[in-house]
Amino acid sequence: MSYDRAITVFSPDGHLFQVEYAQEAVKKGSTAVGVRGKNVVVLGVEKKTVAKLQDDRTVRKICALDDNVFMAFAGLTADARIVVNRARVECQSHRLTVEDPVTVEYITRFISSIKQRYTQSNGRRPFGISSLIVGFDFDGTPHLYQTDPSGTYHAWKANAIGRSAKTVREFLEKNYKEEHMESDTDVIKLAVRALLEVVQSGGKNIELAIMKRDESMKILVQEEIEEYVTAIEKEKEDAEKQKKKT
Amino acid sequence: MEYLIGIQGQDFVLVAADNIAANSIIQMKQDQDKMFKLSDKILLLCVGEAGDTVQFAEYIQKNIQLYKMRNGYELSPKAAANFTRKNLADYLRSRTPYHVNLLLAGFDETDGPGLYYMDHLSALAKAPFAAHGYGAYLTLSILDRYYRPDLTRDEAVDLLKKCVEELNKRFILNLPSFSVRLIDTEGIHDLEKIMPVGAKSLARAPSS
Repeated sequence: MSYDRAITVFSPDGHLFQVEYAQEAVKKGSTAVGVRGKNVVVLGVEKKTVAKLQDDRTVRKICALDDNVFMAFAGLTADARIVVNRARVECQSHRLTVEDPVTVEYITRFISSIKQRYTQSNGRRPFGISSLIVGFDFDGTPHLYQTDPSGTYHAWKANAIGRSAKTVREFLEKNYKEEHMESDTDVIKLAVRALLEVVQSGGKNIELAIMKRDESMKILVQEEIEEYVTAIEKEKEDAEKQKKKT
Repeated sequence: MEYLIGIQGQDFVLVAADNIAANSIIQMKQDQDKMFKLSDKILLLCVGEAGDTVQFAEYIQKNIQLYKMRNGYELSPKAAANFTRKNLADYLRSRTPYHVNLLLAGFDETDGPGLYYMDHLSALAKAPFAAHGYGAYLTLSILDRYYRPDLTRDEAVDLLKKCVEELNKRFILNLPSFSVRLIDTEGIHDLEKIMPVGAKSLARAPSS
């Protein structure tokens, strides 16, 4: 027996309110930022402070989809689990049928079409997540895509989703420099700096994952993140001193 | 026609497969690789019905990779063998059974090396050495005679060469080359192909 009533219907002025409400849910989720460098792609997420008795290793917001693609999301974690699982199965299915790993665009398109289908199906509500999907195609080109609950996707050089996404995006627009994207460290630093704008108490609340070309995803340990944070703070201090001198 | 063999040592598994892909009485290909990499430390050797072999092996391969993506770590060889067995058994009583004979070889950090024998009826057995094909009838006795659990890598390769020599001597078919691989704690290593002397091979240019 299938449902016979659509939940996502048009409003008189052409809005799909369920989709817009889903986007509100995304805005409540913790921030995620993505940066595409020339030889490395980076995803960073804001780690919400966990309760004292909770094991924080179980809160993973960055998920590998395949050896060459991984993603982060903002919004309803449970919804994300479903999308991630479907994407993982599709990555292997693609390899089975065409003997090649997925391109980042392909899997983004796949995820987006699932999301769109749920805005046009009986008895279903849209997924309450936006995702940032990064990786390398098999020809070595890096990509960063963003999807949202409506099922649209766009490619980005750097982007943020979730709470305070606007602030972070403005920071990225101001500080993204094409020349810096050659250096892996600069790309990672940009992502960390962007997140530091909005997370409280610094490096402890940041989770970072990077992927270099032809390598699998690497989730940075706390010490490595602290190194970047200290380097960034030092740079800030030096910049302040310079300003004071001149 | 097709031949698979596996020998387990103290801290490694040595496997070999012949390289012929045949269609009725014609050798179509002399460099067919019958081993499928399921993960960094697991190999699946697969022979049997043409088409079924690759189809089944690749299906298992992708499902093992999916497990890795979902859970963040790879299936152990024992788990992979049992997963394969279950799949084969399920398909056996369907309208589309797979007619394949398999050897699954792997290295587990906790349990060490493991060799699993599986046949087309989905029987699974962990064994110190095993073989598939008509060649098995000729070589199992050699393995019985000379196998020891504490074989070194070189001794195992020599034992493998003895088996191949016997096939070259008494097996009706010409099997000119065998792919050889070794799995240990560092992963899968390609060893030199074994090409028995006197076997006629396309790879060797005829002397003019």
